[in-house]
Amino acid sequence: MQATRFLKQFVNSSGNVRNYASGVQKVTLIPGDGIGPEISAAVQKIFQVAKVPIEWESVDVTPVRNPDGRFGIPQAAIDSVNRNKVGLKGPLMTPIGKGHRSLNLALRKEFDLYANVRPCRSLEGYKTLYDDVDVVTIRENTEGEYSGIEHEIVEGVVQSIKLITQEASARVAEYAFQYAKDNHRSKVTVVHKANIMRMSDGLFLRCCRETADKYPEIKFEEKYLDTVCLNMVQDPRQYDVLVMPNLYGDILSDMCAGLVGGLGLTPSGNIGLGGALFESVHGTAPDIAGKDLANPTALLLSAVMMLRHMEMKDKAESIQKACFETIKDAKYLTGDLGGKAKCSEFTNAICERLA
Amino acid sequence: MALRILKQSNCAVLQALKRNYCSAFELQHKNPVQKAIPKIPKAQYGGRHTVTMLPGGGIGSELMNYVREIFRYAGVPVDFEVLDIDPNSESNDDWDNAITSIKRNGVAIKGNIETKSEQIGIISRNVALRNELGLYVNVLHCKSYPGVRCHHKDVDLVVVRQNTEGEYAMLEHESVSGVVESLKIITVEASERLARFAFNYARTNGRKKVTTIHKANIMKLSDGCFLETSRRIAKEFPDIKHDDMIIDNTCMQLVARPAQFDVLLTTNLYGSITSNVICGLIGGAGLYSGRNYGDHYAVFEPGTRNTGTSIAGKNICNPFAMLNASVDMLNHLGHTQHAQAIEAAIYDTIVVDKIHTADLGGTASTTDCIQNVLKHLAEKHVSCSTFNIAHPQINKELARNPENP
Amino acid sequence: MSLLTRSFVRCLVQASSRNIHSTAALASPTKPEGRTTCTLIPGDGVGPELIYSVQEVFKAADVPVDFEPFFLSEVNPALSSPLESVVASIKKNRICLKGILATPDYSNTGELQTLNMKLRHELDLYANVVHVVSLPGVKTRHQGIDAVVIREQTEGEYSAQEHESVPGVIECLKIVTEAKSMRIAKFAFDYAVKHNRKKVTAIHKANIMKLGDGLFLRSCEAMAKLYPRIKFEKMIVDNATMQLVSNPHQFDVMVAPNLYGNIIDNISSGLVGGAGVVAGASYSAEHVVYEPGARHTFAEAVGKNIANPTAMLLCASKMLRHINLLHYSTQIYSAINNVLKAGKVRTKDLGGNATTNEFTRAVIMNLK
Repeated sequence: MQATRFLKQFVNSSGNVRNYASGVQKVTLIPGDGIGPEISAAVQKIFQVAKVPIEWESVDVTPVRNPDGRFGIPQAAIDSVNRNKVGLKGPLMTPIGKGHRSLNLALRKEFDLYANVRPCRSLEGYKTLYDDVDVVTIRENTEGEYSGIEHEIVEGVVQSIKLITQEASARVAEYAFQYAKDNHRSKVTVVHKANIMRMSDGLFLRCCRETADKYPEIKFEEKYLDTVCLNMVQDPRQYDVLVMPNLYGDILSDMCAGLVGGLGLTPSGNIGLGGALFESVHGTAPDIAGKDLANPTALLLSAVMMLRHMEMKDKAESIQKACFETIKDAKYLTGDLGGKAKCSEFTNAICERLA
Repeated sequence: MALRILKQSNCAVLQALKRNYCSAFELQHKNPVQKAIPKIPKAQYGGRHTVTMLPGGGIGSELMNYVREIFRYAGVPVDFEVLDIDPNSESNDDWDNAITSIKRNGVAIKGNIETKSEQIGIISRNVALRNELGLYVNVLHCKSYPGVRCHHKDVDLVVVRQNTEGEYAMLEHESVSGVVESLKIITVEASERLARFAFNYARTNGRKKVTTIHKANIMKLSDGCFLETSRRIAKEFPDIKHDDMIIDNTCMQLVARPAQFDVLLTTNLYGSITSNVICGLIGGAGLYSGRNYGDHYAVFEPGTRNTGTSIAGKNICNPFAMLNASVDMLNHLGHTQHAQAIEAAIYDTIVVDKIHTADLGGTASTTDCIQNVLKHLAEKHVSCSTFNIAHPQINKELARNPENP
Repeated sequence: MSLLTRSFVRCLVQASSRNIHSTAALASPTKPEGRTTCTLIPGDGVGPELIYSVQEVFKAADVPVDFEPFFLSEVNPALSSPLESVVASIKKNRICLKGILATPDYSNTGELQTLNMKLRHELDLYANVVHVVSLPGVKTRHQGIDAVVIREQTEGEYSAQEHESVPGVIECLKIVTEAKSMRIAKFAFDYAVKHNRKKVTAIHKANIMKLGDGLFLRSCEAMAKLYPRIKFEKMIVDNATMQLVSNPHQFDVMVAPNLYGNIIDNISSGLVGGAGVVAGASYSAEHVVYEPGARHTFAEAVGKNIANPTAMLLCASKMLRHINLLHYSTQIYSAINNVLKAGKVRTKDLGGNATTNEFTRAVIMNLK
């Protein structure tokens, strides 16, 4: 099953063609904080060895005080992503204290990143209790429970609003089916709770149904959130691509990451109207920062996702293969995977396979 | 919208109202409080209450086991959180835990807790408990059991005792060497609250008369204040007779003609004296139970406070004081049907079967008493399956919350 | 010295209470007056089959409990008893054994509240307790899990307050109140104290929903101060799910608002063997409704006699404990355990091919 899917990905040729100029493309790189710079360097090195025609444009997103007095992302960074339309981002630290909006949230708002994609797949060579996971969670990323509209009506009574709009729901549904088609996935499951939230989740469900009609070649299935939770931990094989509103996606994507061994191994991509941003979703790990101990897999796989997004599928395949084989080989594993290798050794091992 | 939310959050109260009656426990949780403390939701889940149990020293743990055994047998929907306090421990850890536990559960049943340390600065734990929980009133109902060997028959009186201030304020110091001062604190506020409780109690329980016990002829200011306050409050209750009596005379009258009294309203120390005198008159320390009430909490215990360390473990102590305390607790929680069943079994054991322990002049052991109570419970068909007997009717004694007239 | 006397006293007391136990055991059963009535809602899907299994076991064990059955259903409104009479019955009996009610996506009358929600609101069943424990003989990826999930279930996302502000834009309100947050937090801590648990973990998303989940979290923190002997931790919901699937043993008691609770319930049920083996209960101050912990009607198995009655039997056993029928409770519980441990009779969800009836019979054979 896994092998055929892998093969299918391999023979992937067409799909929807996005308009990217041929030749060297520029990509914005946000190295991030903590272990960010190390793993970004590792990715850059691997890309160089693999001769990927990409030019990195590194930007700093340390918050600066904007004219309106609030802290925000520097304009230069925004311009860079807007110009290149594609970005790769390491982990960011949100400063603790009031007045700081989460940078991730700011980036999401800035570039209208409406869909979050996270493929979770069991890696050979790293043993977890689940060795049969291959799911992709696609999460609506702009509204839902995280709309940010909250108020205290009377003392001790807080109301938060979960916002579901037709526009955003249809948009993410469309993306999910398109993704399934592009990546040769066979089934899309919409995860909802429309039996309880009859109107809001009902609307989301309706949008997915309507989109499903446009993709008759992809199997479509509706599942309650609780059923998915229950079945996912028992038998993850029955799911393929999952599409869902914000909160459910947040929870399920992290849970799936847990199934395959944590956030250090799962890539993530954010698709937006103003561009696409690929990132590793793990923390900044300040305790091991600068010690050459970090695991760059998540960021590397995110970069691979980015290559696919940019229609450089051959490069994507070869890098991914090298990465998976290095892990399977288990000679150079970083500490989080139970090995003793340094980040640079792991990187070199991948480079050797590519060279 | 907001209305609907309010409605939802009041649901529990509304439910209680819909039933047209409230147990004292529910009332205590519903009523506006006099002292602002963070509101704690009640510990009642699925019809079962959680109650803190402090066995205390001496015979305490023995007796508590019997209480639990009888509760289990009678199917009482009460769970105990049992907390042992090591009397020898210097640290206050166990003790603080016990206090927070009562704060959480709202209700406790306790034996007498020993305070080993005689050092200055370490206060009696029993007193500390009352102060910390604001249990300002202690109620002791003494009704003689026919057939118990005693000096007076047909005694039926109630001692309502101030529980937090007065002589037990524990403000003592040695001003100069060889001169010790002990302060007795009487406040109008506390006296008023107590008097009101006593009169309300008299009214709701069909009692006729309240007698204020004092020593205002000597302590003109302090006891005078207590007396004046009770007189003032008495005017609000024209249906209840009120008089007063000096403490020394009271002791004499109690021994000679106890029938003249009905409800006794006393300060802290006098209450301690009178209740011990009365208990001695009608059967000793082993029969009667005391109740301590505050704005938020209620603690139930045997009426006369001693640990009985000397008879611990000999299977000869009298279990009925503790059992009566548990009956009081059930009444307070609103499980009156279970309370009645156990109370009746106790009565039959003492009066009809005359199973008396040594302190009442009998020869029965503690376990004999308990087994006889269990036998009566079985005869009354109150066995382990009485979980869903109809919710009890209003408990007369505490129908109106005495603290809030 | 005093310690010595204390332990001596204990010995004596234990001896004496054992003495009483024996008399009590003699006197307690075989009294027709001492029967308890319990409301029974078979529910949809395989519910009636599971309830039948419970009734068989009760009959075989001679449990002094009578059932007052009501058919309640949202998908089959014509046959359903009116909600009022069901509520009245539960109010009278104070206990109820319930299967799962199916909830359709759309209500014929355009109502937003589901029948389940209405029942919960009528009775104020605010706390849902699911005890997730690895059972012997049930093969799962994780072993030795023993956690309790406590879920608020009268407010939060499931308040059924939704409206369409403009076409294509729907707002769904999530309500969090301090009173109810305090109440569920206290429930969780009291549960932990009563069952000798060491730790309570509050599940939240207060980093994003700063007000709503923030209120919930603050209430839990405030309540934790009253329980100095119980460890208190907080965890963000997505991290919690990740930890659950990778390292579930770190959890003891979890307390969560409505939706998160639902998710955690289901994930942890999945970890120990699925919806068929996890028992749950919903509490109000006055009543308890026992129902399987993960709410799935398993409608595709109706009439096939393949559903696993373990969850329902465990519910029944817990109910008996609640009404002081400890003896019967342990009897049934150990019978279930023995059947599972032996592993000879297994229903389909546990990898066997025994029918519901066969499993029930096996449990009855193991009653001692």
